[in-house]
Amino acid sequence: MLYNNTATHIRRELLVKVASLALKGLLKERIDRVPLEMIPKGQPSIRCCIHHDRAVIKYRLLAILGFAMEKETDELRPLSSYAEEALNRSRVDEGPVLTVIDEACSACVQSHYFVTNACRGCVARPCVWNCPKKAIQMINGQARIDGSLCVNCGLCQKVCPYHAIVKVPVPCEEACPVGAISKDSQGKEHIDFSICIYCGKCMNECPFGAIVERSQMLDVIQTLLSGKTLVALVAPAIVGQLPGDYPQLVTALRALGFHKVYEVAQGADETIEHEAKELVERLQGGEPFMTTSCCPAYTRCVEIHVPELKPHISATKSPMLYTAEKARDENPGTLVVFIGPCVAKKEEAIQSGKVDFVLNTEELGALLVAKEIDVPHCEPSTILNTPSDGARSFPIAGKVSQAVAQKVKETVEGIQVRPIVVDGIDRQNLKLLRQVIKTKSEGNLMEVMACQGGCVAGPVTISKPMAAAKKIEDWIQKNTTQKSKTQEMVAIEEKTLVGAR
Amino acid sequence: MKPSKDAKNIHVVICSGTTCFLMGASELFGIEKTIEGSLASRITVEGSPCMNLCKGGSYGKAPFVRVNDTLISTATLPKVIEEIRRQASL
Ligand code: FES
Repeated sequence: MLYNNTATHIRRELLVKVASLALKGLLKERIDRVPLEMIPKGQPSIRCCIHHDRAVIKYRLLAILGFAMEKETDELRPLSSYAEEALNRSRVDEGPVLTVIDEACSACVQSHYFVTNACRGCVARPCVWNCPKKAIQMINGQARIDGSLCVNCGLCQKVCPYHAIVKVPVPCEEACPVGAISKDSQGKEHIDFSICIYCGKCMNECPFGAIVERSQMLDVIQTLLSGKTLVALVAPAIVGQLPGDYPQLVTALRALGFHKVYEVAQGADETIEHEAKELVERLQGGEPFMTTSCCPAYTRCVEIHVPELKPHISATKSPMLYTAEKARDENPGTLVVFIGPCVAKKEEAIQSGKVDFVLNTEELGALLVAKEIDVPHCEPSTILNTPSDGARSFPIAGKVSQAVAQKVKETVEGIQVRPIVVDGIDRQNLKLLRQVIKTKSEGNLMEVMACQGGCVAGPVTISKPMAAAKKIEDWIQKNTTQKSKTQEMVAIEEKTLVGAR
Repeated sequence: MKPSKDAKNIHVVICSGTTCFLMGASELFGIEKTIEGSLASRITVEGSPCMNLCKGGSYGKAPFVRVNDTLISTATLPKVIEEIRRQASL
């Protein structure tokens, strides 16, 4: 789905509103007015009436304040009271990071096939002939599917010469690769968190914006306001997400109040190092292949849905965790915030206990807008620890395995790494993962990313994936030319020095 | 319809400051690929630094786009394309 839709615009506007009220210390006082400001009287409503629209806004705000929808036990409890609770908590509520606003869920009709008016009632009638359940009859010159007999196999759609048969899907259910979202008796969607892998696909595909992420933005703002020191760990995918370049973003983050900024690509270098070593050991030990471990939606997917693959996942930690350890070592006592485009990373962060808060791309954007910090207007900061090009390319599908393979090539002789990439976890690729063990594959290093295209196509992104990937590549390119230029300069200087002596 | 040689060029400026970018400007680049070919050759698309229209709580109206002299707020692809078509038919 195109990201730029009304639901996205509303969500981002709400994030900025909450951020700016919180930064001014007016959140508790003013939040109850926000649904009215967003849906003023006299404007056409999106849903049945403005009251319903306002109710949905209220629940969106609840998620932005960090609460799950189940938290509401009293419908009369005002947002201001939730805001107060949120402002005073020292820890974010435990529990899943996703939550469904049932007030927003339109209870889409169960996914089914439907014969449209384009049906010509032809003589051949391939739909009738091919239906294995004899569920199609001709009524008044048009085909009609009997829902009680139909098993949704889709054959009729495939054979219709007029493309007259359509599938009416339930977008969230369709998007979920693991079947974790389904209807309750009221027809509203529910996520089974015991099998959900937090890939965030349902959230992006719901046209009603009914699935939302619980935010920790307020907790970050409160910590910043309290004067405690906070360091930011910036995922390499973020480079492609905002205008301006990374050195300017570092300045912007410092202007927001972050004490220090770490590129998670630094941790990615550790990951490359360890993963390369581990791969060599495993291959020399006779294992046929190993898979990457940096995508938390993938590792969770294996854990729950493809357990037979588990022994093959690399034990190497993710770039986020290596970077978090480093940041903690170097800045004892500070709180650590990870910033990235991913839902599953938030879950990974909470579980690990090494990261205190997670901000997603939109929340970072909202903080900047609320503080009126324009990234392209910031002076670029000097970047001291430059990660490798391979590490900075991690968010682009295929680049993780490429970097590991390269490392092995540079360090060990006689081992040939043959990477294969599973680009995106959808139902099709999940089937493929289930077969990997049985089929003998060509590759010996399998990279799996839950999002097709890599983290640049993460569930919470602002830029289009291709544009984001290009921006990252350009930036790496620019840095390498700069690097070689400085090296040249150093060489020339050395030469002149030698000459002068 | 083929553009006549003297058909005026239409200048599209998309604000790419942080606010507009977050509110949807990032989706507007590539408009020349979305719009019909006869118009694609008549438009020039360019990003602009913050136009200073987003300050003081007006972020809800972002992203801002200018099509020649016409300013569009809460710009979306359909809105911008409609304005380009309107001006092209003048
Ligand atoms: S960012 Fe577009 S007007 Fe400021």
